[in-house]
Amino acid sequence: MSIVETPLPDLDHDETTDGSMTSGSLAGAPMMGIFAGAVVLGALSWLPFGGVNWARWVIVTLLAYIIGTLIISRIVESPRQATDRFATAIMTSAFLLVLLPLVSVVWTVVERGANRFDWAFYTETMRGVIGEGGGGYHAIVGTLIVTSLTAVFAIPFGLFTAIYLVEYAHGSRFSKTVTGLVDVMTGIPSIVAGLFAYALFVLIDGPGHRSGLAGAVALTLLMTPVVIRTSEEMLRLVPNELREASYALGVPRWKTIVKVVLPTAIAGILTGIVLATARVIGETAPLLVTIGITADLNKNPLSGRMATLPVFSYNSYKFPTLPPEASIDRAWTAALTLVLIVMILSATARILSFILKPKGLR
Amino acid sequence: MTILDNPPPADTDESSIDEPVGKAGDKVFFGLSFGAAALIMVTLAAVAIFLVLEGLPAFTGDTSELDGDGSFLSYVGPLVFGTIYISAIALLLATPVAIAVALYVSHYAPRKLATTLGSFIDLLAAIPSVVYGLWGITVLAPVMARSVFPWLRDNLGFIPLFGSDVPIAQSGRSTLTVGVVLAVMILPIITAISREVFVQTPRLHEEASLALGATRWEMIRQAVIPYGRSGVISGAMLGLGRALGETMAVAIILSPAKGYFWDVLTAQNSNSIAANIALQFPESSGLEVNRLIATGLVLFVITFGVNVIARRIASAGFSGADG
Repeated sequence: MSIVETPLPDLDHDETTDGSMTSGSLAGAPMMGIFAGAVVLGALSWLPFGGVNWARWVIVTLLAYIIGTLIISRIVESPRQATDRFATAIMTSAFLLVLLPLVSVVWTVVERGANRFDWAFYTETMRGVIGEGGGGYHAIVGTLIVTSLTAVFAIPFGLFTAIYLVEYAHGSRFSKTVTGLVDVMTGIPSIVAGLFAYALFVLIDGPGHRSGLAGAVALTLLMTPVVIRTSEEMLRLVPNELREASYALGVPRWKTIVKVVLPTAIAGILTGIVLATARVIGETAPLLVTIGITADLNKNPLSGRMATLPVFSYNSYKFPTLPPEASIDRAWTAALTLVLIVMILSATARILSFILKPKGLR
Repeated sequence: MTILDNPPPADTDESSIDEPVGKAGDKVFFGLSFGAAALIMVTLAAVAIFLVLEGLPAFTGDTSELDGDGSFLSYVGPLVFGTIYISAIALLLATPVAIAVALYVSHYAPRKLATTLGSFIDLLAAIPSVVYGLWGITVLAPVMARSVFPWLRDNLGFIPLFGSDVPIAQSGRSTLTVGVVLAVMILPIITAISREVFVQTPRLHEEASLALGATRWEMIRQAVIPYGRSGVISGAMLGLGRALGETMAVAIILSPAKGYFWDVLTAQNSNSIAANIALQFPESSGLEVNRLIATGLVLFVITFGVNVIARRIASAGFSGADG
């Protein structure tokens, strides 16, 4: 928006003290100058104390830059320009401020997770391990089993609901109710989903029930609405002409959906499904109440406690065995593994959406 | 449901040879999709029913086996307070920053960079909550306890939120730290929704404002913010809904106590419902479990209310400059 860069005629007459038609402009070099000054000021704030204090440097620099811009622009330009520059500085600093926790979280997870990022962690369980050693193999297997089960439940469930809402229901009252309920489902807190699955299985199996299946049911409750939302959105993007062309050729409705509508929307749907999986794979609370934790490998989701990565991480941190450092290191490596899985899934979603896009749109 | 408008005559079902190709397939496919949609209703009904069934004994059962006076209200009261208090702090911290970030991405950042910058913010949403919990207690809590808490206590101690007789938490595991972590967690939601509506501001509104000599900030105040207001509010409400239900970060970071505590800097904090369930559930049995499930039901009702308000605001839509 280059229009803003042009110095504006000063409309407030009393501000034009120098008598010229336009006031001076700070665009370009002067702003860089102010920023450089702010950086120096920031450095001065820690230099006398010795040792680099990054946090103080950044904070003082930003504050000095914001205040400096406001004052200098007010003097050289006009109050309106000053407010505008002030707003720009605030927005930019807000963005930088938000990057701070992101960088810090990623850095911390990588740094601390690296301590146990070794072969043993990915091949050994915690069976009989007291103190150092051991690993999260059982938790990784558990996470994969529970997440796969969840995907098996949630994908058809969500996809068919979306197909119903877009292809069959044309604004019927039933479909409006379902849409409203999907909204409600989206808002269910994850721990409540866990309690529901627990309550369900308690009625079947008796108090104290713990199993991978119960965890998968809880996660299904969380994943399905996400799948519905994204699939619905993607199906609605498919142009009606494609459907009509197919009907005109005498193709039955279901074949139109399977052969025409779904392939057109598949890129977006798959991306949505992968992102939904990434979302539930890190869920901890529902698994804590439905599956619990165990030190041993349990491949049977139908009975007994299982370890999962998020719960393993939480438990190792919250209830460390002696020496605590070993437990805490395992917690961080489990967290790192989890973050890596989520990142890989997100990257997969991007690649999928690119590869599967109809050729013309690439 | 137009497909049902012309039901085929019942007798043709048997003589499938005369039927057009795929009639049976159509029925099966419709049945599957309709069944899935109906299953949504069944599932939600089941959630409500099972939670009530398993929560009810907390009221009707022999409450003498529970700790305290056994009254459910005196148990859940501080938890409801804690849940709302922590979430409100998170919301207060996150919303202004989220709006600024959304404006930065939609109206300040270079066009080409905008999507990339936006996806950075989305990355924040992808990080599992247990990781935020570990980060909060390991990295953020010590920083807060060392530099932020003493400053707030010394300079703003006259405000009851920061000043009380109880010493500040040396571990940093207090309501304010949790509020900051939750703010980081809900920020991407509020940002994403605000960004979406800011981008949709009619180009003509913006250009009209600029043409009248407005600076970029004035244009944003005149055109973008009025247009996006309802979107921002509904985004904030959705973020609030997420904060209310957030479990692990609170369970890991907060140092809880029983009762109502306003001071956000001490080691005595009202716990949230979700975190309380996560902490108590593994060691509970009998009626205690029922009571926890009943608190879960309370949480469900609270988040449900917040989400309904959010949707209502969102569907009210743009009622700004053209009104």
